[in-house]
Order: sequence, then structure tokens, then C-alpha cells
Amino acid sequence: MSKSNQILVGTRKGAFLLSGDESRKNWKVSEPLYLGHIIHHWVKDPKSDTMIIGAKTGHLGPTVFRSTDNGKTWKESSKPPAFKQPESSDNLQAPDGPKPKSVDSVFWLTPGRIGQEGLWYAGTTPAGLFVSDDDGDTWQSVDGFNENPMYAAWTEGGGTPGGQILHSILLDPKDHNKMYFGISIGGIFESLDNGAKWTPLNKGVEIVFSPVEDPEWGHDPHCVAQSQINPNILYHQNHCGIYRIERPGDTWTRIGDNMPKEIGDIGFPIVIHPRDPNCIWVFPMDGTEVWPRTSPGGKPAVYNSVDGGKSWNRQDKGMPESNAYFTVKRQAMDCDSHEDVGIYFGTSQGEVWASIDNGSTWNCIVKHLPEIYSIKVG
Amino acid sequence: MQVKIPSPLFSYTKNANVVEGQGRTLLEVLDHLNSQFPGIKFRMVDEHNQIRPHMKVFVNTNEIRDLGTQINELDKIMIVAALSGG
Repeated sequence: MSKSNQILVGTRKGAFLLSGDESRKNWKVSEPLYLGHIIHHWVKDPKSDTMIIGAKTGHLGPTVFRSTDNGKTWKESSKPPAFKQPESSDNLQAPDGPKPKSVDSVFWLTPGRIGQEGLWYAGTTPAGLFVSDDDGDTWQSVDGFNENPMYAAWTEGGGTPGGQILHSILLDPKDHNKMYFGISIGGIFESLDNGAKWTPLNKGVEIVFSPVEDPEWGHDPHCVAQSQINPNILYHQNHCGIYRIERPGDTWTRIGDNMPKEIGDIGFPIVIHPRDPNCIWVFPMDGTEVWPRTSPGGKPAVYNSVDGGKSWNRQDKGMPESNAYFTVKRQAMDCDSHEDVGIYFGTSQGEVWASIDNGSTWNCIVKHLPEIYSIKVG
Repeated sequence: MQVKIPSPLFSYTKNANVVEGQGRTLLEVLDHLNSQFPGIKFRMVDEHNQIRPHMKVFVNTNEIRDLGTQINELDKIMIVAALSGG
């Protein structure tokens, strides 16, 4: 989260930089960057001028583009994330042999903590965790997960229609050995030793698509978020509801049960206030029948809780009142750290919506972009 | 030998649509291309040397997916980015 008035927008057809003035009411859109590339995530390291983009095209394999001068110039990573060769491989796989996993897209990017300059993590499809210690130029496999003896079991649940995703890489700001991530489908995992070992953290989370009752893993967290003020408090928007946990507790509580029944608690993104661990925002979407994943009833709204999910407030002032079927992807909502927090979300219709008063009122600040995949204040 | 490059890879070849390739196998040709144009191979071939699903490589008129295929100096190689919708 940043006080910067820049929004980094990743879309299905390129990246766009939105620059706001001091008031955050007037925004300019840049020319497209990497037009035609699928941009899953564009993230700036708040500690430096480094920005990293995870990109691919419909044809070409995945790669990483990086800038160390706040986006003025860009270079391609010289060694993008890639899984290791199987030990027995002769480097040329038999056409009908077992398929080793290969990175299809670089889906998620997380910069290192304060004091970890140059460090970045990347999550991929299929589920893979990678680390760079040179500002994204070269990437190495985090073997504690990618080569874990449990990898096949943890990831056997398959993937989303877009493939199996490792996302929401969270680095505990106070405990430098503690990390979390989510896998769709696989669940939430925690490491207490800087990624060497991982354990599932899914107790209490409903799973409606497994024949196993209360499995240890195999869940579908859509987006996981951790308070930067109180890192023991985490929230996540799951395929099966909205949850909160306070560590060292090990059981998630379904706070989405407190949402209005006609709205439900299905969605993709979840955002935490930069200074209040009990203040969160979600963007509910229709998860009934065939899962339209659009605003319930065609009436888009953000829902906000200021008490850790015990109660929720609808925030839709300024949004269309009807016939508006927004879809907001898991990376496409973020907030800044101004005193009156700015909240931003991007839709699959190519619109960016902004509130600069904690969600009370909303304005569409950009229209007509390609389908938006990610929004990051940077 | 002549290697024809599709437009999605022009950013690597500085807009050249035909470049000079060298190698005794298709894998060696792609490695040679990568030495001239760093990064180009990984966009076409994954970390296990499998040609990516929407990429095609023709040697003369035959589509080849086995990178161990022998290549002659007089062969013409054509790399194609298959059409994709949307």
C-alpha cells in the first residue's frame, strides 16, 4: 500500500498507468505498455523504484518484465520463473511420457519486506513458488514447496478454468520466517521457516466440491490478505465464503455469514485498511447456480466491515443502480494509505472505479480499457 | 540456414522476420537463436524443451515437435504463432 497517486493496471491486452493529481479526483491514462500481452500482475516495490510485470501472450510462453527506474525503461528478466528439470530427464521428453510441470503464467508478484531490498516472490500457474534476490532479473524455484514430497497431493484438486494458481504470497512484516500463500485449488499454506517447509492452514473453511469431509487441504481461497499493522490477523475471500483468522489460532471463522443473505459472501478480491485490521472491503459477486460471477442482481456494490466482519455496510453511492454486471478479479482491487483511504477496483469491462473517502462514494475514473486483471497502487 | 520469425517475436529480433540459424538439431538451432536474441527460446519452448501449445515449428513443409530432429544446412525453418481468438 502506498500514498502514491499511481495505479498500475494489468489487463488482458497490456498494462496502463493511471496518474492522479493531489486531489485523486483527476486521472490520466498512459499509453499502453506491452500492448497485446496478458498482464496478470504489475507491482511496484514501495521501498525502491523497481516495478515488475508478469506477462505472456496467447501464443508465447510466460516472462517477467522489470524496471528499476519507476517505469521509465524496461528489460526482460534474463531467467524467468521455470520449474526444475526432473533428475532423470535427458532434456527431451518422450511425446507420450509423463508431463513434467512447466510454468504457464506468472500470476502473482510480491516484493520483499522492509530491509529485504531486491527480494521478490512470484506465484505461477500451475502452482509454483519462485524467488528472486536481484530485483526480478533471475528467479529460482522455492524447492520447499515446488519439490515438496506433498506437492502432488496438495495440488491434485486441479485448477480453475484458467489453470491452477498460486497467489496471495504474504510475507509477515514482523516475523521474517513466516509466509503464507493460497492455491486455487489447493488451499492456504503457511511456512514458519522462510519457505523451507509448508503446512496447510484451512481448518474451519467450508469446501462444497470435495467428497471428503473437512479435508486438510484442497480448498479454493480466491484471495488472502494480511494486516500490515497486526500481521496475526488475516482474511480471505474463498470460493465458499469470507473468512477471518487471528493467529496463533488455527481455525478460520466464516464472517461472510454476517453478509445480507440476498447478497451472499461469494467474490474474489479482499482488501484490508492500511491502519485498521478490523476494516475490510470485498466485492460480492453472484455465486449461485452456474456462478455468473457478476454483481448480484446487476447492482454493483462494495461491502465494508469496520468490526472484523461482524457486520457489513453496503457502499454503492455513485455506482450504477441497475443493469450493471461487474466482474472484479482477485488481483483487481487495492487501496492506498492516505488518511481518507482511496479504494480502487477494476472490472472485466475495462473500467476503473475509485473512492477517496473510505468507500462512501464512488467514481468511474477510467473507461474502455481491456479486461482488467490487476490493480495495484504503486 | 534460414529461420522465419513470426511477428510476436519481433521484439527479440529487432523486427527481422528472417534470421540466420545454426545447428545440427532443432534444439541446437533454438539455442543458437537464444544466444543471438536472449529470452526468445523460453517464449517458444518450455523449461522441459517442449514446444509451447500455440507455437508451431516447420522444417521445410513438415511440422516438427521433436527438438531432437536433425537439421540440414539447406533446410528452411519457419516458426509460427498459431492464431488465437479474442
